[in-house]
Amino acid sequence: MMRFSTLIKHPADWMTGETEGVDSVVLTSRVRLARNLRGEPFPGWATKERRVEILERLKPEVESLSQMKDGFSQELDGLSSLQKQVLVERHLISREQAACGEGSAAVVNRRQTLSLMINEEDHLRMQAIRPGLALSEAYEIVSEADQELENSVEFAFDHDLGYISACPTNLGTGMRASSMLHLPGLVLSDQIGQALQAVGKLQLAVRGFFGEGTESLGNLFQVSNQSTLGESEETIIRRLERVIGQVAGHERNARAKLLEDDPEMVFDRVGRAYGTCRHAHIIASKEALNHLSLLRLGAELGFFPVETLRICDALLMAIQPAHLQLHAGTKLSPEQRDAIRAEIIRTRLQSLEAPVMNKYTADETDAEPPKDLTEL
Amino acid sequence: MDCDFCSSKATVFLTQLVEGEMKKMCLCEKCAKHKGVTDPTGFSLADTVMGGGGEEGATSPEELVVAAPVEDGPECPNCGFTFGKFQQVGRLGCSECYLIFRDDIVRRLKGMHKGTTHAGRVPEGLMAAYERQQRLERLNERLAEAIASENYEEAAGLRDEINEIESVEVVES
Repeated sequence: MMRFSTLIKHPADWMTGETEGVDSVVLTSRVRLARNLRGEPFPGWATKERRVEILERLKPEVESLSQMKDGFSQELDGLSSLQKQVLVERHLISREQAACGEGSAAVVNRRQTLSLMINEEDHLRMQAIRPGLALSEAYEIVSEADQELENSVEFAFDHDLGYISACPTNLGTGMRASSMLHLPGLVLSDQIGQALQAVGKLQLAVRGFFGEGTESLGNLFQVSNQSTLGESEETIIRRLERVIGQVAGHERNARAKLLEDDPEMVFDRVGRAYGTCRHAHIIASKEALNHLSLLRLGAELGFFPVETLRICDALLMAIQPAHLQLHAGTKLSPEQRDAIRAEIIRTRLQSLEAPVMNKYTADETDAEPPKDLTEL
Repeated sequence: MDCDFCSSKATVFLTQLVEGEMKKMCLCEKCAKHKGVTDPTGFSLADTVMGGGGEEGATSPEELVVAAPVEDGPECPNCGFTFGKFQQVGRLGCSECYLIFRDDIVRRLKGMHKGTTHAGRVPEGLMAAYERQQRLERLNERLAEAIASENYEEAAGLRDEINEIESVEVVES
């Protein structure tokens, strides 16, 4: 098993992988499963001694999973709050687990595509993350780990209620599948409300990826299933993939239409974002996220080389508070953070040339015919 | 646990006897205040909340309990978690709690999920074990009936069947 400090130094492979075929709308897909031991008190109700016992029982099993070869394993009480926060920003552990101390651990595979949390809200939370719209693929990865663990661990299961979870909202499959979508076209053309409402009607949850409620920084939205009981994993994933595919189609249409109806406005927005990112010396998180979103849109529309997509995605993570402090190696005041954030962005975008309309235009062959937004 | 009126976190739990029937409600602070539930003199408002207000003589609360921390209620013999705690935190204590508080939980599942019966993956090996257990339970019920009705011939047959199923497990393990 590797040390977490090694992991923290390296980004996940889904972030640094090939730029070829990077999805312009769906950034990532995640699937997590909740599992519990039969008869044992859930982590939130167990005494510390009992929690440690459960951890000691589960940890070797999780570490010996074939997918965890050369992976990382760490008990949470051995991490500083900054290290925990970095893992949260990378989606490797949850905010809830970051608050845990003794009796909790995270085990992550070498490629950082699979992470298992022991003693978070449930005894076991396993999660797979993949780039693009790849929920089935993510499910396969996490399901493989689930089936392997089943051979050595007895999970609490009920014929009617399915896999037992600490919270009834996770009963049944114990599965939460979600994708992160970049929707600047729908936001700029004021169609986002309509799109989100249509998705909400299908018992799927939509929320801004950063920030609370409908306000979403960086035009990033997360779509996930709400119901976990009464349907099979495949049915839930199929519906999500269908709906997300349709939203992505609407997004592409919205971008194409914006470019046709008001190219000056689009070009102005992207150009201003470029100017700010290249030359700002003090930039707050909110402003940075919104400008990076527009740069990404510029790359998607062919104003920048396609590699710019990856740079933007990597920056989204690099400019978050804990990553900034890790980069600086010291605790930072908000003012210092804004300065270092600007510095990182300037450095990473140093060689990015000014946007040129239609310079790198990609084939938009996958654009779907326009459909009524209210019917997904 | 969410408020019954909005999606905020519930902090006020109201239990009331209405015509001998126990009614429970969860409210957030804001809704509780708005509905006058936290006001001990506002009994009539509690009526409105219950939906019985206005109708002549429909409800007269015999007892009103307004309590923020509900610690009591039935207790899980396996882990000591109480139903009151579940109402507070929205989570259970262990897998056995789901058997003890089953009816109350199942009632809450309807608005939460697409269905109330699992339709997804089943752990390998568990399916057979579960069906075996179900079969044994059914046979034991029939055996009890047969004995009660003094149908000893049928009872003997059932006992043999039960013994046979039980012995198979011993061989397997």
